[in-house]
Amino acid sequence: MGSQPHDGSGHRTAAADRHHSDTTLRVNGKPHTLTVDHRRVLLDLLREDLGLTGAKKGCDHGQCGACTVLVDGRRVNSCLLLAVALDGCEVTTVEGLAGDGEELHPLQRAFLERDAFQCGYCTPGQICSAVGALAEAAAGHPSHVTDPATPSGEPVPLGREEIRERLSGNLCRCGAYPRIAEAVEDVIP
Amino acid sequence: MKSFAYVRAGSVQEATEAYAAHPGARYLGGGTNLVDLMKLGVERPAALVDVTRLPLDGVEELPDGGLRIGAMVRNSDLAAHPAVRDRYPALSQALLAGASGQLRNAATTGGNLLQRTRCPYFQDLTKPCNKRMPGSGCGAREGVHRDHAVLGHSALCIATHPSDMAVALAALDARVELYGPEGARTLPADRFHRLPGDHPERDTEIRPGELVTGVVLPAATAGPPSLYRKARDRASYAFALASVAAVLHTQDGVVDRVGIAFGALAHRPWRARRAEEALLGAAPTAAAFEHAVDLELAAAEPLRDNAYKVPLARRLALDVLGRLAPPATP
Repeated sequence: MGSQPHDGSGHRTAAADRHHSDTTLRVNGKPHTLTVDHRRVLLDLLREDLGLTGAKKGCDHGQCGACTVLVDGRRVNSCLLLAVALDGCEVTTVEGLAGDGEELHPLQRAFLERDAFQCGYCTPGQICSAVGALAEAAAGHPSHVTDPATPSGEPVPLGREEIRERLSGNLCRCGAYPRIAEAVEDVIP
Repeated sequence: MKSFAYVRAGSVQEATEAYAAHPGARYLGGGTNLVDLMKLGVERPAALVDVTRLPLDGVEELPDGGLRIGAMVRNSDLAAHPAVRDRYPALSQALLAGASGQLRNAATTGGNLLQRTRCPYFQDLTKPCNKRMPGSGCGAREGVHRDHAVLGHSALCIATHPSDMAVALAALDARVELYGPEGARTLPADRFHRLPGDHPERDTEIRPGELVTGVVLPAATAGPPSLYRKARDRASYAFALASVAAVLHTQDGVVDRVGIAFGALAHRPWRARRAEEALLGAAPTAAAFEHAVDLELAAAEPLRDNAYKVPLARRLALDVLGRLAPPATP
């Protein structure tokens, strides 16, 4: 179910056919054109074809959030997205959050400073999910715990309860939730 | 997972034609349920017709004060839409009570309606399930059925429909727009899903090749219009054990418009028509609400391990109706 690079290097063995398609994704700013098996999900493409092992395979069924990445700036479960359907999309993984000078993203720094993990397996998903959640709140997206009287379209202030609700799609079997919530709170503008 | 062909449709016409041209095809929306079921082997489509790039991603104001929601509008965008938050709060609340932020960013309006039950027997190929394999039996009836139906189930199937959104749409008198080989048609949201009867393999009234193109909401009533409340095993990111959506309007001290729908109690969102009939023309008092809700839930036929759902649903409904009722005048 692998994918073949489509870079003109002459090493390509698969070609687009009934069950494969040429697909271009920009991942962390770099374009990649691959001949993907239609069954390939984004998570496996990132980890196995591009060697980007930051996004983790936890449940592989969209229940744990360890595979969370950003597609066109929105957080999603990469284990449930067929790569072929994302042709032309921009993907950001935890590897792409840091700046060009290897400067860590503020959320990555906050996770280190707060010691917001134990085994670390869920951490890339937690961080990508938090990046997406902060953008959603800034864009005025409500959550289940947002006061319905909050005006539409205005940024939603994030307290502890909001952070916990908005990150409920990311499980941490070590139970590092209190420090994860503290780390996210640290970067709220 | 079995190999499949993939077609990206550019128009509704193209999508229905591609479906017809590929026997065993499925439409692909956000894929949050379909791709999962393909991994489990429950779904084995020969082809996927990707409809996510169809121009059905807008929310449009209608001349009569209603709203048309394109089938490809993502759940998170619909929940955040100002018109939905302001005029149809039960819909926004229901969407936000479902799934996780990541899943809501991917899931579409049409796909949410067409998601399959989360009955563990349906999702497990090693177990009997009349919905997945007609005639194989129902493992849940004598097995693990704490989450299953208490209303409208059949000897063949006790599954529930998992959507929160669909419960709000049923209470709000929404209509589902479809396009297929025989043209366009609409169905009331509370009749879009079926009861299992003798054909639990059919979740909805959709015909082969038909595509959900949108959902239309009628003009909302003024005042505190609607609410959704959900009970679940954990505070967030869990399917409902019971839920209720309701809209209530009073005029001159009596109820003149009411819509009540229960979630997680049946194979479809359960529109509480008996309760509504009892309330129309009545004063919106606690006693009237109790009478109406009890009348509706008298039809419940709980199983060995899910009788708790009846009083749970009752309390949810009484709470929501009580909050929608205007304050009593002294």
